[in-house]
Amino acid sequence: MPGSTPASLSAEAPAVPAAAAAAKKPRFSPGLEAWRRFRRHKLAVASAVILLGMILAVAFGPLVWRVPINEIDFAAKLEGPTLAHPFGTDDLGQDVLARLLYGGRISLSVGLCAMLVAAFVGVLVGALAGMSRGTVDAILMWLADLFLSLPQLPLLLLVIYLFRDALKSAFGPEGGVFIMIVIVIGGLRWMPVARLVRAQILSLREKEFVEAARALGASKMRQVVRHILPNALGPVIVAGTIDVAAAIIAESTLSFLGLGFPPDIPTWGRVLFDAKDYLDIAPHWAMFPGAAIFLAVLSINFIGDGLRDALDPRRVL
Amino acid sequence: MSRQYLIRRLLIAIPSLLGISLVLYSVLALAPGDPFGELATNPAIPPEVAAALRAKFGLDDPVWSRYLHWLTAMFQGDWGFSFVSRMNVDTLILQRLPTTLIVIGAAQLLAIVVALPIGVLAATRPYSVFDQIANTLAFIGFSLPTFFTGLLLILLFSIKLDWLPFVFRDDITATGLQWLWEETKQSIMPVMVLGLFQGASLVRFVRSAVLDVVRLDYVTTARSKGIGERKVVVRHVVRTALIPVVTLVALQMPIVFGGAIVTEQIFRIPGIGSLLISSILANDTPVVMGVTFVFACLVVLFNLIADFLYAWLDPRIAFR
Repeated sequence: MPGSTPASLSAEAPAVPAAAAAAKKPRFSPGLEAWRRFRRHKLAVASAVILLGMILAVAFGPLVWRVPINEIDFAAKLEGPTLAHPFGTDDLGQDVLARLLYGGRISLSVGLCAMLVAAFVGVLVGALAGMSRGTVDAILMWLADLFLSLPQLPLLLLVIYLFRDALKSAFGPEGGVFIMIVIVIGGLRWMPVARLVRAQILSLREKEFVEAARALGASKMRQVVRHILPNALGPVIVAGTIDVAAAIIAESTLSFLGLGFPPDIPTWGRVLFDAKDYLDIAPHWAMFPGAAIFLAVLSINFIGDGLRDALDPRRVL
Repeated sequence: MSRQYLIRRLLIAIPSLLGISLVLYSVLALAPGDPFGELATNPAIPPEVAAALRAKFGLDDPVWSRYLHWLTAMFQGDWGFSFVSRMNVDTLILQRLPTTLIVIGAAQLLAIVVALPIGVLAATRPYSVFDQIANTLAFIGFSLPTFFTGLLLILLFSIKLDWLPFVFRDDITATGLQWLWEETKQSIMPVMVLGLFQGASLVRFVRSAVLDVVRLDYVTTARSKGIGERKVVVRHVVRTALIPVVTLVALQMPIVFGGAIVTEQIFRIPGIGSLLISSILANDTPVVMGVTFVFACLVVLFNLIADFLYAWLDPRIAFR
């Protein structure tokens, strides 16, 4: 398990000596080494290319494919893929490709932001628990266990049900829903990261290099941030990658249930929600957003798998 | 399994149930909107009347006393009244619960039946072609969101092939074998969606658990005694490897419930998952709270079952 990774050899540590390896290879750094290991995982590399393509497509696609997402054209409604509409049209004759490109921005950024929230809370709680043993540690870990046994989707639905209107009026329909979904998804996924970080701190804080830092008078904060966390980074990155995929699925699920973003914001899950009643006459409308979600999640999961191999220095590759 | 262990685990479940109820209640209490908010702004209602109403329903009490009040009401079975369905929340949930449990149970069974042999086979031939295919398929399986698999299956089996009905019917009038056949036909797709999603992650658990055990000394001993490879795997390896898998299956339960909500919604199965969605859309707060609490209780219950199974399968656990 990544939690018990020995301190001295962690791949992402900025100042690993690795003298023996450096003697043989002239150019050597933990980052390069991780990249060399990552490239061994063919599927992960292919996934990284696909994901990068998707990110570029949603970032710059709307600038190239300039069809408006809400141009209603009843003459062309529910058309299959044609040259004018490569992904077909929906029940209002709106261009599905344009909607997917625009909605993808939100779907992907929800995933990323929710992961950042989860990683931030997780590292904070984990570091706090690991450094302060005793009662605080016990309470925080009990809290993590409690959150792990909460049914996530029902709770997510409950929170959205209760807070939807207030946030909408405070931050507008788009911003409010975005903030809420990011915070709630992130807030329900910090536990694995917290446990990882705590386990790393417990094993690292007694190591000689941390003791040396302590002896030199480094504050607790500095010991954690400067000396311990960089060594715990590998597993956290892997957990974070998988969190992005989980957050994308969570957002799509909410939108698919009709409880996520409002109809005028075509996230992939939302498009799927609108398309599901036309499955018999316009299957393309549901297939493209579904495939987009699947492809994004699959490639992120594969990248996570590749990173797990690449960032775990005990694994021989 | 000692009785002491059993009691200890049961006692540990109580604070986690209390904690979950606390989380649920604080979400409810923090939520904006007050059931009597309208009264306060309505000029036709004198402030004294509004204050009297608030006092009557205990809305001005401190939060902790309202929480205790709510908690005792929940424990006494007073879960409130659903204004949309015009019945008590607990009766409503009890009506719907069996359907959900049957679907989830069947899906888990399917997942285990599929994942166990594949995981064991993959682990006994690590890095072989079979292992790589199984691994890739498992990745695809748990990257496919349940709502998309559901739509794909409907498209394939209901629309293109017209083999299976895509709306779950509660009112099948047929009897005997005909009834069983209809029920099976309409359950195939939901159970497949949930079961395959669950099975995909289970394959990976089983594989890594078996890989951990295969290298142990006692397996080498068994093999060197000349027992056939098949027997070594089935009698010696799998039995030990399944112990951690049991816990992992239970830890997956929150995710399974999430999948069940989606599946029930797609196939319109009248379970508590679709009840949750419809009551959210209808603003039926007592039902929403009740269903969420039931889901939480089910998760705790399954964790408890896993603990007991774990101790029963591995007697060393109970003595720790």
